[in-house]
Order: sequence, then C-alpha cells, then structure tokens
Amino acid sequence: MSEKVGVYVCHCGTNIAKVVDVEEVSQWAGEQENVEIARDYKFMCSSLGQDLIIDDIKEKGLTRVVVASCSPHMHEKTFRAACEKAGLNPFLYEMANIREHDSWTTDDEVAATQKAKALVNAAIDRVVHQEPLEPIQVEINPNTLIVGAGIAGISAALELADAGNHVILVEREPSIGGHMAQLDKTFPTLDCSACILTPKMVDVGQHPNITLLTWSEVEAVDGYLGNFKVNVRKKARYVDEEHCTGCGICIDKCPFKVVDNVFEAGLGERKVIYRPFPQAVPKYPVIDVENCVYFLRGKCKACQIFCPTEPNSIDFEQEDEILQYDVGNIILATGFDLMDVTRIPQYGYGRLANVFTSLEFERMVNASGPTDGKIVMRDMETAPKSVAIVHCVGSRDNNYNVYCSNVCCMYSLKFAHLIHERIPDAEVYNCYIDIRTPGKGYEEFYNRLLEENTHFIRGKVADVTDAVRFPGEEGKLIVQVEDTLIGKQRRLPVDMVILSPAMEARYDSREVSQLFRMGCDFEGFFVERHPKLDPVATMTEGVFIAGACQGPKDVPASVSQGAAAAARVAGLINLGTVMMEPVRASINKELCSGCRICNDLCPYNAIVFHDDQEISEVITALCQGCGTCVAACPSAAITGAHFTNEQLFSEIEGILWDVREKQAVPV
Amino acid sequence: MSEQFEPVIVGFLCNWCSYRAADLAGTSRIKYAPNMRPIRVMCSGRVDPQFVLKALHEGADGVMIAGCHPGECHYVEGNIKALRRFLLLKRLLKQWGIEDERVQLVWASASEGIILAEAVNKMTEQLRELGPLRWKETVLSDNGHKPVVAAELETEVEEV
Repeated sequence: MSEKVGVYVCHCGTNIAKVVDVEEVSQWAGEQENVEIARDYKFMCSSLGQDLIIDDIKEKGLTRVVVASCSPHMHEKTFRAACEKAGLNPFLYEMANIREHDSWTTDDEVAATQKAKALVNAAIDRVVHQEPLEPIQVEINPNTLIVGAGIAGISAALELADAGNHVILVEREPSIGGHMAQLDKTFPTLDCSACILTPKMVDVGQHPNITLLTWSEVEAVDGYLGNFKVNVRKKARYVDEEHCTGCGICIDKCPFKVVDNVFEAGLGERKVIYRPFPQAVPKYPVIDVENCVYFLRGKCKACQIFCPTEPNSIDFEQEDEILQYDVGNIILATGFDLMDVTRIPQYGYGRLANVFTSLEFERMVNASGPTDGKIVMRDMETAPKSVAIVHCVGSRDNNYNVYCSNVCCMYSLKFAHLIHERIPDAEVYNCYIDIRTPGKGYEEFYNRLLEENTHFIRGKVADVTDAVRFPGEEGKLIVQVEDTLIGKQRRLPVDMVILSPAMEARYDSREVSQLFRMGCDFEGFFVERHPKLDPVATMTEGVFIAGACQGPKDVPASVSQGAAAAARVAGLINLGTVMMEPVRASINKELCSGCRICNDLCPYNAIVFHDDQEISEVITALCQGCGTCVAACPSAAITGAHFTNEQLFSEIEGILWDVREKQAVPV
Repeated sequence: MSEQFEPVIVGFLCNWCSYRAADLAGTSRIKYAPNMRPIRVMCSGRVDPQFVLKALHEGADGVMIAGCHPGECHYVEGNIKALRRFLLLKRLLKQWGIEDERVQLVWASASEGIILAEAVNKMTEQLRELGPLRWKETVLSDNGHKPVVAAELETEVEEV
C-alpha cells in the first residue's frame, strides 16, 4: 500500500504558531511514511491556503490529505470541499485539531509541539486507511420548532410563517411577548413598546402557519437535522381554549389576588385566574393552582359559576397534555433573566424600600402598569423629588458578571428622560462607569439627555444606605459614590434609587442546552457556531439561536437575530434535502454469526434479524452511526464507516508514535 | 527544575459532548495539562475495549474515555453501554495489575470545557504519581503483583 499524503500545517495567524513550532511540525511530517508533501501556511482556510491543497492534489497526485489546524467542527467542511474541488473524495481527508485541543490550551511550547506531532501523525496513519464514501441525502421536514416567544422568537416565527412555512411556537408563560411586553418606551426613539409589539403578537396569534403553544414547555428532543421529534408539555390552564371567548369575566369575578412576581415584577397584583396583561396573546386566562382556593381547599369555583360560555370553559379536571411534533429545524429564543440584585447587599434592594430594579421601574412608568404610569415611591403615592440611577449593577464587575450587559446605559438614559418628563422639577443622577451608546441614534439620545439637566456622575456606586451622617440626609437614601471626574467622594441624598441589573442567562439555560444538545458558555449563554460569521447557528446541525439567550442584546439586535435564524432555516427548507455524513454501520453477511448481541444494543432499532438466514442487517436509513454495535460485535462483522477498527487502531498507533518506540514489545 | 515524569494519556472523546467540551476549553483558553491526546469517536459507545488495551500496549500510560452525561447521550444511551464495558474492562485490568487511575471514564457535556480540563489535570497528576505503565513488566511478566481476590473485585465494582 502506498498512498500519497499531503500534510498542511496551519499557523492560524499566531493562534497556533505562537505556541506550536509549525515549521518544525511540517518538516517532521514531511519525513513520515506515505507523506508526499508537507507544508505550513499562515491561514490554511483562506482561498490561497485551499489552493495549495487543490494544486498539490492535481499536480502531485495526492491520494490523501491531512490538515492540521482547528477543530473539525470549525473547518472540516471547508477542507473537504477543497478536496472535492480537486477531484478527491472528501472522506479521504483528515483533520488534526492542533488549535482548540493544543495551542490554545497550553503555553508550554515544547509540549504543544510534541502533542501537535502526535495529532498530525495520528491523522496521517489514519487517513491512509480511509475509504471514499458518498454522503447520504436527508429530507428536511419543513416544519420548525421555535422555543420562546419574546421579540426574537416572534420575529423568527413571523419571518418563517410569512414565507409559507409551518411553525410550532412554544412559550413557557401564559402569553407571548417576553420582556418587551413589560417595557414602557423603547430607546432611542421612545416608541411605546406595546404599540409596536402587540400588532406582531396578534399576527402570531392569528397566523394560519403558526401553531401557538403557550403555557407549554419542550420536554424531550430526539433526532437530527431535518428530522427532529419533540415532545411538548402543554400545561393544564384549567380553561378550555375551544370554548373560552376571552371575555375576562372569570378574572373580574375571581375574589383572590396575589402579588405578580413575573409580569409586574412584584410591583403589582393579579387575580388567581389571570392573563399577564390585557393584550395577552392568546387571550385565554390560566388558573394559578398554587394560589387557587378551589385547588387548595376545594371551595370557591367563582370563575366557573360566572363563566358565560356554553359549555362552561372552566375545567378543573383538565390535565397536562404531551404533544408530539416532527420538525426539521429548531430555533431557541429563550431570552434572559435579570440578575437578582439581592446578591449585592450593599445596594440595599429588598432592605431599603425605595430601591427599585429597572424592571420594576419599567412597570411603574408603563401607563398600563400597577401605578398607571405614575412615578411613585414604595408607598405608591409620593412622587420622588430626586432619583439616582445606578448603572452596571452586577455587570462589568469581577464579583458578579465581567461582561457589559449592553442595554443598561441606554435604558438608564431613557429612565432619566421619563422622570424629567413626568416630574419636571426632579433631580436625576446617573451614576455610570462609562456611557456606552453604540447604536444608531443612541449617541444622539445621550446628547439630548445632556441638555435635559440630568446629573451625570462618573463613578461606580459603592453603597446605598439610609444611615444619616450629615444634615439634610434625614429620611433619604444616600448614594455613596466617587465622582472620578472631580476626584471626590460624594454622598447623594435621594428619594429613590433605580438599579440597572445585569442581563443574565436564564436560570435553567444549562438544562435547556443539554436538552437540545448544544453548548452554553460559563455564564450560561448559548454558544454560537462562530461569534462573528455564524452568530445564529450552533454546533448542533439544525439547532439555531436568536436573541438574548446568546448574550445581552437590545430589541433591534434580537429582532435581527430572529430574522437571521429564520433565514437560515428557510434556506434549509428551501433545499428540501441536505447531505449527511455517511457515517453508518453495515454488517458483513459472511462474518455475521447471528448471535444477535447487536440487535438489542441499537437505540434506533436499526438492526433487524433475518430468521431465514440467521444473520442481522443494519437498516441504513435508521442508523445514526454511533458505532455502539461495531464495538460490541464479537465476530467483528460490523463496520462503522469512517470509524473502522482499522482506522482507529492506526490512529492509536500514530498518536503514540513517540512512546511506541520505547515499548516495542510483542503482543 | 528536576525532570518530571510526564504521562501520555490517550483520550477517546465522543463527537457530540466531550470533543466539543475540549473544543470549548480551547476556545475559552482554559490552560490544562498537554498530556491528553484526543481521538474522536462518534459516541463513547464506539470505544471497543480493544482500543483501550491497544493504547496501553502501544505505550500510553493511561486512557480517558469521555462521553455525554448519562441521560444526555446524542445516541440515547451509548454512554451507558460505554459504562458497562468500562466496568467490565476494569475488572480485567485489575487482574493484570493495572491501577484503577490509569483508565478513567469521564462525563463532560459540550458546555463543560472546564470539567474536561480539570479531569485531564487530575488524571495527569494521578499518573505522574503512579509513574510509567511499563506494559511489558506489568502485564506480560509476573513481577510479583498480588493476585486479586475475586471477592474484593465484587465490592469494587458495586461501588462504581
């Protein structure tokens, strides 16, 4: 056997070359058995880099190619395509991951170079045993699952549905709308949030191409790109959606109120049977069983008694339903949580009454909120004469989140504007580290605020207290802050403090990422395929992300990402079929002894047993290529394409090239 | 600085969780021991016990098998099958006098770069203490290893 292998070692700028001696690796690779040519190059993934491979295949008649660069999850496709372009079967190509698995994980240049050699050698030894394969066509189911119906999910759903594709939109809360539905005005144009959002919500609710499932959660996900099977738990609303007209009489008649910690951010109350807000989509209310007196004590039923529909829409016997859907693609738009500011005790939230969070303030200034838009202190009647807005609460702070939450500067400026508008003589202080306004019209909005008599104090707030030290501080909250522009400590006595907390990943984002088998980072935000060039795709084919679940984002950016994710999905639907890796198992009839060990191992029931011939066979269309049966076959009759025993044994030998020689023992 | 023994570990990483965990460790620039040399398999269920023996025989000082957490396998339960084989293989290795630490099974999801990195660091440290495997002396010849009593093995396995 003599193959002509071409080895290409990538510098990746300095990403690899800084730690791994790429010239040395390349030169060394050139001396290995079967290697026809070895080169190193600044950027192998560039077109010039790819041309090196293409030209060598054509001119030197290479029969195998190895590229030592980044993860195959990054550029395997790129180099396979280059091989194909030069007429070489793409499965005769192998990748050595010397960036993610090597140069980025150590500063030890000697060890990194040694490891790179091992990985390159493993790839060389493996690639000579690789066989040409043809990809398998997979049909794309045109239905799409979208999880989360905030503005990002809504945008994605409408884009897809308007283009004629069916969407299953799943939302955990009783209504769609997400955080945007809670906001009053949106910066920098000061559009009323509800005015621009609710028409879109209504579109979603009425769209013939959207199956809307609110008060529902995805429980199980199975399958792969083009062919996912999902189970959605539709939680019992105790309201029959078929007959309910959404008249709201049940809500009026319900005699019990509880504090609404979700939509009203704890500032207002709601009934026990409720809609989060009047424009909720869908219009059907939901019974909060934890607080419903009927569920607790078996008495009341006021809602059922007053329900005017025939038949009655209140159904106390309703149970959760598990709905199954087949979808081709999934978009996750699960949004964010605001940081729990009680984690920063020195800011006094929860201890000092007039310290508010930004979301509480949003509800307060909202005309349909608990105070009808009046800015008042915790007693719900007195208007504050002075307000301090604290930026970067838990953001840009090594103790909490190091990242910038992106939106707080702008909404803090918006708050200042709204306070000036509603309480013209109020003093407003913005305590900031830096004002960050990187968006269209944002800097202009900041300039506008500079002329509205807002006091801007550059400094991180140390403390909010009610401990009086100087005259004039009685009954006030005192904000202790170093004004770094004048170099002095200041104590600002104010009536009200608004904290702008960090945007954090959803508390359960890690579980969600595991459910959909994709990655999330340290902070819990979902990881995109590429931070710049592929921001809405994930490493899992067929699973896309949009909005603040990927990182802190404002409304325009979330809308863009929703649309971008929809475009990616629409592209796949349009194709109808995609090519899948032909990594599949097959059984050699001659070697199969009919022991049936593999039959029960296959999680997809892809292995059938032929009674007449007493042998097993793999149904290729069902096989997903895990290789569990391959590892278990006592007769070695099963072959896992592209992961054969021969290839893996050679890879093991190759990866241990430097320690093997020392061993050299007979088996 | 005195010359420290640096073990060579072969890592069999599943394509969906652990290989991506290693990718994430790299992307996040988590620094960890360069001693683990990864080999990609589609699923930890693909890891034939022969691969482990082959690696040890060819000079590796240890083998790490890494897969998705139980219940999160991309292929439903390939990792559970890996676990079953692993437990069985450990009994065999023990009889050959190969220490427990030399073959380890790790669960690391795609989001757990740090967990994989820490597992590599820990294993490297353990193998540095143990020293080289020396397959020839350990496995192929009787070098005075105490024969392991079957009863002892039973309890060991149950504990896992």
